Amino acid sequence: MIEQGFAATTRKHETSSFKRAFVASCFRVGLYLAILGSVVAGLHAQVSFDRILRAAAEPQNWLTYSGGVMSQRYSQLAEITPANVKNLELRWVFQAQSLEKFEATPLVVDGIMYTVQAPNDLVALDAATGRVFWTYPYAPSTLARPCCGRVNRGLAILGTTLFMGTIDGHLLAIDAKTGGLVWNVAVGGARPEAGYGFTVAPLVVKDKVIVGSVGGEYGIRGFLAAIDARTGKEAWRFNTIPGPGERGHDTWAGNSWQSGGASVWVTGSYDPDLNLTYWGIGNPGPDWNGDRRGGDNLYSESVVALDADTGQLKWHFQFTPHDEFDYDSVQVPVLADIQWQGRARKAMLWANRNGLWYVLDRTNGQFLLGKPFVKVTWTSGVDDKGRPQNVVSPTAEGTIIFPGNQGGTNWYSPSFSPRTGLFYIPSWMDTYSTYIRRPVEYTEGQRFTGALPVMPVRSLQPGPLVNRRLPEDGYGAVQAFDPKTGEKKWEFKMTDVTDSGILSTASDLLFSGGREGYFFALDARTGALLWRTSVGGAVSAAPMSFSVGGRQHVAIAAGSALFVYALR
Amino acid sequence: MKSREVGKFFMRTITGVFALVACCAGGALVAQQRYVPVEIEAGGRLFTSSCTGCHGPEGDWVGGVNFSKGQFRRSTSDDDLVRVIMRGIPNTPMPPSSFSDGQAATIVAYVRSLASGGVPAGGDAGRGKAVFDGKGQCLTCHSVSGIGGRTGPALTEIGAFRPGAELQRSLLDPDADIRPENRSVRAVTRDGNTITGRLLNQDTFTLQLIDSSERLMLLEKATLREYAVLKSSPMPSYRDKLNAQELADVVSYLASLRGRP
Repeated sequence: MIEQGFAATTRKHETSSFKRAFVASCFRVGLYLAILGSVVAGLHAQVSFDRILRAAAEPQNWLTYSGGVMSQRYSQLAEITPANVKNLELRWVFQAQSLEKFEATPLVVDGIMYTVQAPNDLVALDAATGRVFWTYPYAPSTLARPCCGRVNRGLAILGTTLFMGTIDGHLLAIDAKTGGLVWNVAVGGARPEAGYGFTVAPLVVKDKVIVGSVGGEYGIRGFLAAIDARTGKEAWRFNTIPGPGERGHDTWAGNSWQSGGASVWVTGSYDPDLNLTYWGIGNPGPDWNGDRRGGDNLYSESVVALDADTGQLKWHFQFTPHDEFDYDSVQVPVLADIQWQGRARKAMLWANRNGLWYVLDRTNGQFLLGKPFVKVTWTSGVDDKGRPQNVVSPTAEGTIIFPGNQGGTNWYSPSFSPRTGLFYIPSWMDTYSTYIRRPVEYTEGQRFTGALPVMPVRSLQPGPLVNRRLPEDGYGAVQAFDPKTGEKKWEFKMTDVTDSGILSTASDLLFSGGREGYFFALDARTGALLWRTSVGGAVSAAPMSFSVGGRQHVAIAAGSALFVYALR
Repeated sequence: MKSREVGKFFMRTITGVFALVACCAGGALVAQQRYVPVEIEAGGRLFTSSCTGCHGPEGDWVGGVNFSKGQFRRSTSDDDLVRVIMRGIPNTPMPPSSFSDGQAATIVAYVRSLASGGVPAGGDAGRGKAVFDGKGQCLTCHSVSGIGGRTGPALTEIGAFRPGAELQRSLLDPDADIRPENRSVRAVTRDGNTITGRLLNQDTFTLQLIDSSERLMLLEKATLREYAVLKSSPMPSYRDKLNAQELADVVSYLASLRGRP
């Protein structure tokens, strides 16, 4: 186009020398443009940490587990609207060669999707068509023993390297272009035979990759580790149970800290202004009998705020001191800047498995609000510091407790929409379990839990989707709350419970699913159902959105497959 | 020591029972009555609190294992089962436990009883079949090996899944304990038609049922004026319809139904 335009204006003054000079100059310009273009393309192909911090500026991509370091699972894309969402159609399906639960949220980077086929096969696909570029297969040790499925929740990316934790305690760096292995480290020596491993999608902060270990049902001593993204070397470690001489160690009776669990299995968040990374910590072990671990059992059932460069603890808030109900506090820390009592506040929103949702000040951990979002009987409520009051304990005869062992919510991603100002929680309404206190001794590598609570309906139904849940057994819901007031705005009821996360978008849509095998869209302001489709398998993952070819897509994993939708 | 001795007693009892089963031609149903009821009851409590989370209330949630059918993956003897309960199975979700061997033995007793059915004495399965097919009119709604109605649950394998005591209770008091899969639903359409049937499945938007004409129906909840999952059974009580002997006979017949030959 440059050459044609210039030629048109100089046709009357053509000379051969001028032609030669012109051709030469065009060649130079073209060369410069080509070089500049390749540099720009190269830079763009690199997912710098600056791009991750500014993920909202490139909503066509999905660069972290929750879509950004604030973990709001909110997409700026707005092509799909409440008015046209009824025109969504299935664009493609990826069938995983795995019968494990498909819990991963994919990443999308410049038209390429990356996801994990459970337990630990990394797959690169064309985001527009679902065709596979390459697969990196990984066979974890047969000694790996994740409590609740050989699952994986996703990946992290930095530069052109993908990072995946494995259920046998390794962290892998994989070339995003070729699927080739860059490095494979056994984090902390990796002891899958003792229950250690990774199911969490890692979080990249600056030049480090942060992961935390599962094993809360095997009496591990939990930890978070930051691994140098380039070398694979451990940069810092935070033990989620303080050792002798460390602050909080005295919250564990005797030697109980050595096998106290406090695992990590859901991805944390990061505030660049504060340089703090936030992570939820799981249950103390043994799960359902706290007799041998007298005390509050820090930092189990807490959110910890760590200096991202050093791993040093800056503050913590414990939701369920001395938990005996397996109320893992591993939920996604949702960071939101909201108005609180008339002034701007850096807040953290937290829907906890214990049935209460919280608003904290994320600069210092100050408790601002804590309210039940489901029926709660294990405590009468929290005091002005957020500490639960009148906590009951399981008995030898069995005690019925609300919420049940799967909690009021669980690891399912909530969402916050800055447009609606609402916090959306996947909820198990009015569910309960009978908890029984039974003695239990620790043996390395063996389950260290106590008596498994009895639930009226099996926590996971095998086989085809047949819903045996009766109205008196509770139900599932998406609930919307206003963090500024604590007020519940609406509730979308489901007949069965839900393991699905939630995505909200800049067009005020909300996407979610459930165990019944539906994927649906709600009006984020009212909760009204706008669209639904049957995906034929339980949703045990969270939706995400991306754009490719100029068109917004929405993806959800259900059953053993990943489904991708766009407007027809 | 005390619990261990108690355990040995029960182990001897149970072993004796199985020896009896092996010797007698009367079959499993007679032999299974020899379990000590109090032991089965105690084992049942432990099973309910510790085992149902993985194995399910009928012991059929783990692949290849079905306690209600006497089906085990690795164990054959009661000693094997006690060992597995106490030590677990390494590298599988089956954990070791802190049960004494006496407690473990009670669980074995209960697990064995799941397959035995606990049929009350004095019934005759042959006579029971005659009552079932005739006077009781059970085939109007239920089927056995493909013969009979389909609106009620098929009973071809009912003896493998339900203890005799439960079967008897269902005959006398059908509303007492209706399993989720046997619930009925009543729906009224917007134009006033009432539809009732056995609820096969449900979700947020739909009900799936088999109605009284054996039609498989899917109802969109949005098209209904109202609907309710019923807590009562459409089956009549046989308390005043059958005498005690007939009742025992029918229970024996039902307990003998363990799948197609």
